[in-house]
Amino acid sequence: MAQRQVLLIEDEPHIAEAIRFILTRAGWTVSVLEDGARAIARITGDPPDAIILDLMLPGRSGLEILADMRADAALRDLPVLMLSARGQGRDRDAATRAGATAFLAKPFANGDVLDQLEAITGGGAARREPA
Amino acid sequence: MARSPLTGTRIRERRNALGLKQAELARASGISAAYLNLIEHNRRRVSDALIERIAGAMGVDPVTLGEGAEGALFAGLREAVASLELAETGGGNGAGGTSQAAPDLDRIEEFVGRFPAWAALLVNRQARLAELERVVETYAERMAQDPFLLTSLHEVLSAVTSLRSTAAILVETEDIEPEWRARFLNTIQEESLRLSGTAEALVGYLDEMETAETGLSSPQEQLEAWLEARGWHFPELEGGGTDPAELIAGAPELASSAARELARGHLQRQAEDARALPLDPVLAALAELGPDPGALAARFAVPLAQVLRRLAALPEGAPGLGQPGLVVCDGSGTLTFRRAAPGFLLPRFAAACPLWPLYEALARPMQPIRALVDMAGRLPQRFLTYAVSEPRPTGFDGPVLMRATMLILPAPAQSADAPARPIGASCRICPRGECPGRREPSIVADASAGRA
Repeated sequence: MAQRQVLLIEDEPHIAEAIRFILTRAGWTVSVLEDGARAIARITGDPPDAIILDLMLPGRSGLEILADMRADAALRDLPVLMLSARGQGRDRDAATRAGATAFLAKPFANGDVLDQLEAITGGGAARREPA
Repeated sequence: MARSPLTGTRIRERRNALGLKQAELARASGISAAYLNLIEHNRRRVSDALIERIAGAMGVDPVTLGEGAEGALFAGLREAVASLELAETGGGNGAGGTSQAAPDLDRIEEFVGRFPAWAALLVNRQARLAELERVVETYAERMAQDPFLLTSLHEVLSAVTSLRSTAAILVETEDIEPEWRARFLNTIQEESLRLSGTAEALVGYLDEMETAETGLSSPQEQLEAWLEARGWHFPELEGGGTDPAELIAGAPELASSAARELARGHLQRQAEDARALPLDPVLAALAELGPDPGALAARFAVPLAQVLRRLAALPEGAPGLGQPGLVVCDGSGTLTFRRAAPGFLLPRFAAACPLWPLYEALARPMQPIRALVDMAGRLPQRFLTYAVSEPRPTGFDGPVLMRATMLILPAPAQSADAPARPIGASCRICPRGECPGRREPSIVADASAGRA
């Protein structure tokens, strides 16, 4: 099986670097995008297997990007793991409503990112998270 | 000038206390006993001059007979009752919800007349309570919406997230390459610095918030208190050359940085107004043309709003102005500047009366509006108002931002019989029952219906 691709859309370079390191070691090919404005063009041009999307981004918010994806027939079913620094309540609801496949609050344990990603892409060794 | 019916009651009480006969006091005051009788039963309004004569004849301070302080007492007591009702409707549940009989508003005059000190104490407590409630609200609002807190929190969480992930990588990855290890150690260093910087800024901000709010007044109130103490006029700004920052630096009333910022903006505008309308020429023009903002604007070729502001910032005693009032609001109707004219009640926190010419001006940009108004009270007080709204300069493609300004002057004597627009301070404490502008029920019975 070819290496799986994940697109990480996150404007914090150190967070992006850490996630990239962890996922790369687990066998993912990780590309990083720092700006929300170019996200849709990038996703359409080279669709990955999954997307990790930060909620607060410069250019365009993660929720807007997600809504655009869900309205697009070609991207409707692409698994999206949403990250937010604003905890459980409203952001989690908003992300779920906008069509996020999974949600993770910052700060997170490194293992959680990997587990969630495996879970939403139906990967082998995933320890399933309770919904 | 309209007098409270209470004035008569007070004269009678004082006279009885002094053991004077009605006829004796009437003779000493130079009026007939029958006329004094009408006054004492609150059937005739009393002029300022006559109050002084009657007070002189009894050997008491005229202030103790007049409305002056009482007007504020009545308004304050009504506010207290209004807040009591609000608390009861708002907090139906809870253990503290013992229903308390609302004070009898019909006897408010009796209460103020007989126990002025107790009434003043109650009003004072009410004002303090309102201030405290406001502080709580401010804090709650800050926590929920304060952009500084939200941004700082986001920074903290971002830094903590990368610290946690990076540290975990370093600890958990046994075979990490030296380059990666160096890179991640560097990350930890950078993110720690960022975290401590943000934490410092947060602490400084919270500290300042505390010092700013312990004064228990909003920045706008601090500014108003300072301007009031300074008589709303700054001789230092007249010749130019004085930096507003110097004036602000020496003002202990301006406790918060927000108040100082407001003061800076206000003084800057006031200095500009003084440049456009220099003091001596303005006073000369006032003496020649009378207090007519339109004529003054034409004479000095300046915008009308500038004349209105300038007239409310002249030294005390300018001809025809009395103690002028000035209110300024933005497009949302929020009062951004308030100088109260005696008898023209300004709501402390609630929204003002929608019938004010100020708001009419907001709806009719650039059109000057002159209106005689009767401010609701137990006896209406009459004022002459000049209002205009003009856009604030924001450049092409900028947002359209309106600012309405209203000058409040005492009504000229010859306008006593002219028709005037009935207005109030704020719905909750306004006695006008049949008002098309009413947005919520009043706690005050309709005075005209009650007395007819």
